[in-house]
Amino acid sequence: MSLKRKDLLSLVPLSVDEIMLVLETADSFKEVTGREIKKVPALRGKTVVNLFFEPSTRTRTSFELAAKRLSADVINFSPSSSSVVKGETLLDTARNIEAMQADIIVLRHSSAGAAETLANGVKSSVINAGDGWHEHPTQALLDLYTIRQRGMNFHGLRVAIVGDVSHSRVARSNIYALIKLGAEVRLVGPPTMMPCGVEKLGVKVYYDMDEGLRGANVIMMLRLQLERQGRAQFPTIREYSRLYGLTVERVRLADAGAIVMHPGPINRGVEIAPDVADSLSSVILDQVANGVAVRMGILYLMSGAN
Amino acid sequence: MSILIKGGCVIDPGRFGGIADVLIDKGKIAAVGSNLSAPVDGWTIHADGKLVMPGFVDLHVHFREPGFEYKETIQSGSAAAVAGGFTTVCCMPNTNPVNDNQAVTEFILERARLAGLANVLPVGAITKGSEGKELAEIGDLRRSGCVAISDDGKPVMNSLVMRRAMEYALAFDLTVVDHCEDLHLAEGGCMNEGLVSTELGLPGIPAAAEDVMVARNLSLSELTGARLHLAHISTAGSVRMVREAKARGIHVTAEACPHHFMLTEELVRGYNTHAKMNPPLRTWADIQAVKEGLRDGTIDVIATDHAPHATQEKQQDFTEAPFGIVGLETALPLTLGLVEEGVLSLEQAVQKLTSAPASVFGLKKGTLAVGADADVAIVDQQELWEVDPSKFRSKSRNTPFAGWKVKGRVNTTIVGGRVVFKTDPVER
Repeated sequence: MSLKRKDLLSLVPLSVDEIMLVLETADSFKEVTGREIKKVPALRGKTVVNLFFEPSTRTRTSFELAAKRLSADVINFSPSSSSVVKGETLLDTARNIEAMQADIIVLRHSSAGAAETLANGVKSSVINAGDGWHEHPTQALLDLYTIRQRGMNFHGLRVAIVGDVSHSRVARSNIYALIKLGAEVRLVGPPTMMPCGVEKLGVKVYYDMDEGLRGANVIMMLRLQLERQGRAQFPTIREYSRLYGLTVERVRLADAGAIVMHPGPINRGVEIAPDVADSLSSVILDQVANGVAVRMGILYLMSGAN
Repeated sequence: MSILIKGGCVIDPGRFGGIADVLIDKGKIAAVGSNLSAPVDGWTIHADGKLVMPGFVDLHVHFREPGFEYKETIQSGSAAAVAGGFTTVCCMPNTNPVNDNQAVTEFILERARLAGLANVLPVGAITKGSEGKELAEIGDLRRSGCVAISDDGKPVMNSLVMRRAMEYALAFDLTVVDHCEDLHLAEGGCMNEGLVSTELGLPGIPAAAEDVMVARNLSLSELTGARLHLAHISTAGSVRMVREAKARGIHVTAEACPHHFMLTEELVRGYNTHAKMNPPLRTWADIQAVKEGLRDGTIDVIATDHAPHATQEKQQDFTEAPFGIVGLETALPLTLGLVEEGVLSLEQAVQKLTSAPASVFGLKKGTLAVGADADVAIVDQQELWEVDPSKFRSKSRNTPFAGWKVKGRVNTTIVGGRVVFKTDPVER
């Protein structure tokens, strides 16, 4: 089995079957990551290039580990060490990488659409590792994997996504996938953090956090961009934290078995209280661990390997 | 040297419509009538089945010279203009240096004279460096040949500065043109704000960014009595406010661009940088409002906002790519599309390309009256052709209309009694 597509840019075009295929494939690689020798030869001889125009430790490391555990050759490109600073366009940089026979390019970029632009210009497979505020499909897939790992069914699942949805690619990818899988998606945050017309995607918007959390099975916190303080989105970190910070008391409003997720890196004591982040309901570190297995699954499926 | 244009369907908006001959002599229109005889020293253009109109007047082009000659020069821009039937174009001052003084104005006029194709009339800056702070020497600009003032692309945010500019312009009978955009509301935006921008994850420019500045400018025009012209209006709100202001007798005129009545924000999907312009492509409802505004006269003028950019600039990712598209060589068929659709009569369409823009800036252009400059466009209204940017006379290729099959093509363009453009028969 493989994904019959060249690129993974967005979760919008993926069918439910394709999403489930990724999750099931990740299951078999999850087993590999538990072994003493965490390596399989599935991508031997293939080249994976991590092209990261935005600083990222977690996602880049996760992709790098995933590719290495599949025995692929991995190259990391980041703007400070590449020719991008010399004014080369994204497409030219990518074509150069392609000329070196890269099979898969993993792209992180600050501009929405960069992955799509790249995918249209090169023959290599492109995996979007986050483009501006647009999408971060592999993050959403590892989130889904983590939810499923807890034995939860997506259909009818109540998921509350809390925070700055307007600037969040993680939120967008999760919204698309969860709606497709039949979940009830609630967005929680002040109106200044809700993108225009978002209700039309099939979600429900709550300005009151307590109301939004009531009965939720999954609480997905988004990282607060602290630098947006005072600049129209929210007055102070103090007020934001009081209105939309996840505390132990607020977790109690959710379903008894609810899990708490966060794509990281977390601002302790801002959007999430330390005792919540470290509690039993928190699956934040499971997300990180699962990220490697899910990305192994994606790389494997994208490479068309058998 | 004289030219007789014989047997065409003459459309001289508000003055004449029907089959007639047009006689040009010594650079002026000498006669319009039936059975005019060919002059001995001249030649005849047979225009049977063609439309014969005043050359088009575009109030809004960017010719990029001085400063950005790699995008366009006055020479290449003029060539694009006459290829599109435009005989008079007004070029915006956002060059480098900005056209905020006599020297730049004179330079542009000299380049235009050397190009020898279209009438290129400079629009001067409202403020020094178009920085929105101190007034430019508007009297000097007028005296050296500017036909209007605008800080196009960098709207005057300070309402007091705008008020003073409007008052001051009254002394020189100059129209004040504003690109209506609240820069705070629009900050960082690169497409219309709405569900599409949400889905694409692109920062949006709300319709309100245009509307609040339209409202401000209308108030200031009412306060000062200045002649206000609103560039490229694109929202239903703008159209509504201009309609209401006109009904109350405010001295306001407005223009719309073909892309704002042809295309919606949906075109941005796929991160198509040829769908990136400012004001951005809006919604279907806005298009309907713009068309209604054109139909009922709220919008006086069709202008192109011809904004050339180099290929490599438009190849950047969507947020980095510059705003704007070229328009001179596609405006005619797109405008005639409104006639096909029944939005405008043919005469109305021609008027919005000729006499209406001329009167907005008080230019003695856009007419076939006897004694007027012999600026004429001869058009085959029925010719079908495919837009091929590689054949553009403009230096730039940034158009969302590439590959479109369109109807109506410029056949011959005459400026000051000289044929400056003729469709190559081999091409046809």
